Amino acid sequence: MKWPAIGYARATSLDELWRLQAEHGAAAQLLAGGQTLLATLAFRLSDPKILLDITRIAALRGIAVQDGVLRIGALTRHAELGRDPLVAQHAPLLAEAAPLIAHPAIRNRGTIGGSLAYADPAAELPACVVALGATIVAVSPRGERRVPAEAFFTGLLQTALAPDEIIAAVEIPGTQPTTRSRIIEVARRSGDYAMAGLAARLSLNAEGRVTSPRLVFFGVGSGPVLAARAGAALDGWVLDSAAIAAAQAALAEDLDPPADMHGPPEMKRHLARVLTFRALSPLLRASEVAE
Amino acid sequence: MSARIDITLMVNGERVSRSVEARRHLIDFLRLDLGLTGSHAGCEHGVCGACTVRVDGEIVRGCLVLAASLDGAEVTTIEGLTDSAEVADLQDAFVACNAAQCGFCSPGMVMAAADILRHHPTATREEIREHLSGNYCRCTGYQAIVDAVEQTLATRREDRR
Repeated sequence: MKWPAIGYARATSLDELWRLQAEHGAAAQLLAGGQTLLATLAFRLSDPKILLDITRIAALRGIAVQDGVLRIGALTRHAELGRDPLVAQHAPLLAEAAPLIAHPAIRNRGTIGGSLAYADPAAELPACVVALGATIVAVSPRGERRVPAEAFFTGLLQTALAPDEIIAAVEIPGTQPTTRSRIIEVARRSGDYAMAGLAARLSLNAEGRVTSPRLVFFGVGSGPVLAARAGAALDGWVLDSAAIAAAQAALAEDLDPPADMHGPPEMKRHLARVLTFRALSPLLRASEVAE
Repeated sequence: MSARIDITLMVNGERVSRSVEARRHLIDFLRLDLGLTGSHAGCEHGVCGACTVRVDGEIVRGCLVLAASLDGAEVTTIEGLTDSAEVADLQDAFVACNAAQCGFCSPGMVMAAADILRHHPTATREEIREHLSGNYCRCTGYQAIVDAVEQTLATRREDRR
């Protein structure tokens, strides 16, 4: 379907964006990669009067490491996440996630800021930033504000962003040599949104004990779901098949998935248990696997 | 609100200046304003891949890009790719393998497959399928399409020895 009649303005700086936002108010919608927004326009699922193109605002670009923190500009495209050497080194979970997002032509346009701001519950990147304990840097005419990723996603397609705030960047704390991360998902077709997925990050010390586990599921709730009880079932324990089974069992209390077009809640719970095993079992020690 | 936006961009190596409505997507701009009908408008919501073109050297969904946003951009369509002969061998393989049935998906398929030739010269059959997974062929002629890409990759590797 064709898009509706709509206005368009391009901001080349944050100051210009603030001016445009003040002028158009709630009638305005930010346009970054547009890979979700423009499809919703075609379906008349959203009805902005004017699109404010932010893709040429230099302050929202770039990937850099400072004081051990990886800062990823909001306009970073999924394809860039997949090939950037700093991302590969400091947040390999994001590099691993990139190929799971839609298709190559979409990854060349879609942005991390857009994905986080849209907050689709089945999307990969919201779950990843929660798993990584990232911080969302929001900016508005009032200045910058930092929101922990865990507090950023507040409900179905809802975020902690105020109406005049935009995402400037994502900051990811440094990774340690003991850090392990993994993202996996189950989808009916390659590139589809996941029926269920898991972004996991944890540390394994020299004894094989788990510390700081974060298992974050997507496609099973109204946003990314941090499985606190499954994490607690792993924390401090040697990662073995008994520990994985305990984490799987704890998911019963962590997850309350709604039925959706893919199937009933129990199917999603089953998939979450399967994903937990698949994500963690490669981290088992060789002796454990041989048993 | 529906004021027109002035844009100047390169399309297949030629400088083009036009005034476009904001609601114009890149594919309608190419087809209706420039007469370049090689790129196809299929689903028009980013699912089918028939509209695959290059913007600034990388493939995109033309139906999910505003023409108005492309001031200063460089766009390559199937017409430009054909004229450059960059994938003449791939196009020959499409013919030889009967990889174009009704032909509707073919321009987008070739644009996406050209991306494999350029970025993934050692792609396996599985990787080819994965890379083309966003391009639908409603004749379901996928085997022949993957055959054509696989053969082209193999021939290019052979020629490089």
